[in-house]
Amino acid sequence: MPRIRFRLNGVETDIDADPDSSLLSILRGPMRMTGPHFGCGANECGACNVIVGDHAVAACDTPLWSVADKDVTTIEGLGSAEKPHPLQRAFIAEQALQCGYCVSGILMSAAALLMRNPAPSSDDVRAALDRNLCRCGSHNRMVRAVLRAAAEIAPP
Amino acid sequence: MTKPAPSPSLPKLPVSLAANPTLSSWLRFSPEGHVKVSPGKVEIGQGIVTALAQIAADELDLDISRVQMVRASTAASPNEGVTSGSLSVQQSGRAIRHVCAEVRQIFLGLASDRLGVAIDALAIEDGTISGPGNIRTSYWELADEVSLERDATPDAVPKPPTQRTLAGHSIARVDIPDKVFAHRRFIHDSALPGMLHGRVLRSERSAARLVDMPEDRARAVDGLVAIVRDGNFAGVVSETEDGAEAALGALRKGATWSAGETLPDEDRLAEWLKAQPAESTVIDNRMASRTSEKQRTIRRRYTRPYLAHASIAPSCAMAQWSGERVRVWTHSQGVYFLRSDLALVLKLPIENITVEHMEGAGCYGHNAADDVALDAVLLAKAASGRPVRVQWSRADEMSHAPFGAAMAIEIEADLDAQGEIVGWRHSIWGNGHTARPGRAALPALLAATELANPFPRMISTNPPQANGGGADRNSIPLYDFPSWTIESHRLTTMPIRTSALRTLGAQGNVFAIESFLDELAAGRGEDPVAFRLRHLSDSRARDVIESVARRANWKPDQQAGIGYGLGFARYKNTGAYCAVVAEIEGAEDIRVKRLTIAVDVGEAINPDGVVNQIEGGAIQATSWVLKERVRFDRQRITSNTWTDYPILRFSEVPEVDVELIQRPDSEPLGAGEAAHGPVTAAIANAVFDALGVRVRNLPITRDSLIAAMELTS
Repeated sequence: MPRIRFRLNGVETDIDADPDSSLLSILRGPMRMTGPHFGCGANECGACNVIVGDHAVAACDTPLWSVADKDVTTIEGLGSAEKPHPLQRAFIAEQALQCGYCVSGILMSAAALLMRNPAPSSDDVRAALDRNLCRCGSHNRMVRAVLRAAAEIAPP
Repeated sequence: MTKPAPSPSLPKLPVSLAANPTLSSWLRFSPEGHVKVSPGKVEIGQGIVTALAQIAADELDLDISRVQMVRASTAASPNEGVTSGSLSVQQSGRAIRHVCAEVRQIFLGLASDRLGVAIDALAIEDGTISGPGNIRTSYWELADEVSLERDATPDAVPKPPTQRTLAGHSIARVDIPDKVFAHRRFIHDSALPGMLHGRVLRSERSAARLVDMPEDRARAVDGLVAIVRDGNFAGVVSETEDGAEAALGALRKGATWSAGETLPDEDRLAEWLKAQPAESTVIDNRMASRTSEKQRTIRRRYTRPYLAHASIAPSCAMAQWSGERVRVWTHSQGVYFLRSDLALVLKLPIENITVEHMEGAGCYGHNAADDVALDAVLLAKAASGRPVRVQWSRADEMSHAPFGAAMAIEIEADLDAQGEIVGWRHSIWGNGHTARPGRAALPALLAATELANPFPRMISTNPPQANGGGADRNSIPLYDFPSWTIESHRLTTMPIRTSALRTLGAQGNVFAIESFLDELAAGRGEDPVAFRLRHLSDSRARDVIESVARRANWKPDQQAGIGYGLGFARYKNTGAYCAVVAEIEGAEDIRVKRLTIAVDVGEAINPDGVVNQIEGGAIQATSWVLKERVRFDRQRITSNTWTDYPILRFSEVPEVDVELIQRPDSEPLGAGEAAHGPVTAAIANAVFDALGVRVRNLPITRDSLIAAMELTS
């Protein structure tokens, strides 16, 4: 099988795998990176969103070959308990989840938004997260959290 | 018709503690300065673990960081049945508060002996027990000398509310950091050493027989460990998850299935529900001694479709056999109940089965969590002692997991010459609202019906009113009507599988009652707030209605295309009080702009947690009302993707503004299901306010609006 090279959370990575495998199955399987979650396998829920380049994409619907030589960022690369991303701090401050299964994908959609638009409006945030599903109804808290993080990153 | 059973009297110990009286089953001190608290209830995203930790830390005078919450397991945890019905704070919370109060007293007694000081002279701060003259000891120093292998007594007295420093405050949830940093907390993300992956082959058709299943193509897939077949149950086990998916795909291609069960006509659901064989029960009767004469009777029918739990994660479980023993990891809401059903299917003594809880995504009732656990157990039999992880597909989750039951509800009101209500009849048709595992001589698990020696499919039943009722939940009016008759007709056939979905029948009944009241008030030209208050003597009920009316500036001036509606209920008639004002806009497509809510849950252990639950419930209910309906043709469930079963999106979510009425001296009541019924009714009533149309068939979509307009014109 051909080797595919890409940068995963800033680290040069190469992997021997079927290039048609989904990025999600590679991340969760051989790489044991379980932050991106399987929700539907059809690019309909956003639970597996990761950032490729500067866009949030559904890893379940992204073939491995398509990320060759690109930057892939997962929730694990966004921040950590020791060094949290402002979005992660803001989600804790706003207690912006209930079950939390959708949150890793939502954080990645939000991070991609803030890369493109550091001072989004509430409507901008809702539009950017519109393809992410949350079943618990924590949407408004999440929007508040994204706005809080944006204010912290780029004070008005 | 059968009569409902009378409600039992309350025991002296909190109910969960009476069932599990040994103190050590709830609480243990570890030598390193921590305390392990073991509730029988489980975290399902509702924040219960944090609320219970707050209660324990408060009662024991500990920093909350010293409290370690233990996940429920049949190996050691108290048996608290199932985490459902918004009862966890009432049941587990009361038990833990009582246990901690008693344990605190035991330690104070011992410290008093050791230090030679009266108990009254001792104080506890973060686990250190100190007295006059700098004498001190601690829970941990004394722990070895205290046996908690003793039964709780009814005499322990918890602290008065004024002395609580954590309960009643919005403490940050203990599980949230793990979830935003993607630490492996979900069962879906866990892996056991040597773990294999399994997948189950299921027909899209309900109860279809597996006629033929050629195996050669699946056998050729890399990593295949086993193909399992037992009657109509079939699956694969593989070294990798991709391998399991590929082998399943290969099996599916070759498999031949018989025709399944015929499903009802989804466009004539109410007629179908009313025509099925049913068991009829009089839920409640009230006879007035004297009322004025009825002049006319108004009758209305309301319907609710089947609703999917539609968890954001497909159900997942792991199982591992060791000889005749099996260990199971599950996100089930009831580990003991699941164990009972597994024992029935496997024909093993319960001692041979250990069931441990791990967190999953929100389930909102009885979804496929228990089903997939049996799937894993059956597939793991072919794994030679290695653990097997099974995860359902999105399509199976949306079509084979139990649904919330469809309901047809008819209400008749007798009105006197002044238009006052003098008689009230409420009748419900539909399947039962629960077929949970562990409560019957038959298992409730899907695969049990598929085996070569199958168990019959369990037909859903309704819990008795004493436990909150099922289809009839919230069907008995809280209003002071002079007389009423409430009846429930539970179907004894079940072509579409139903079981517990958040609120059971309450969402449908509250929608019906509150819509009808709104219509009666409008018919009299009376303000809906005033009309309800005139029929309510319960002061807490009046409080939430008056509070929400104030907060929403009831009633704002009429504007074109905008409407306001009110909905109220006390969940189960014994739980939280909740009143909602909905503001909607639109003509063809309805958009809910804002929900203003007042709620009274008694003592709120974690106020922000309560608000989070109410907001979430309100948004989920909005999704049910505007978008959700399980779709099917005569052969199969067709709404098995998010495209075919859409839920509310970020751009469609209303603002939600919650006022929490604090009652620290009252019994704590659950919050998870309080908002659904009132939100549903408030939206429907707001639609009438804006458009002059009564939509009585949920969901409120462009199609149902047009249908309702045609009826009106």
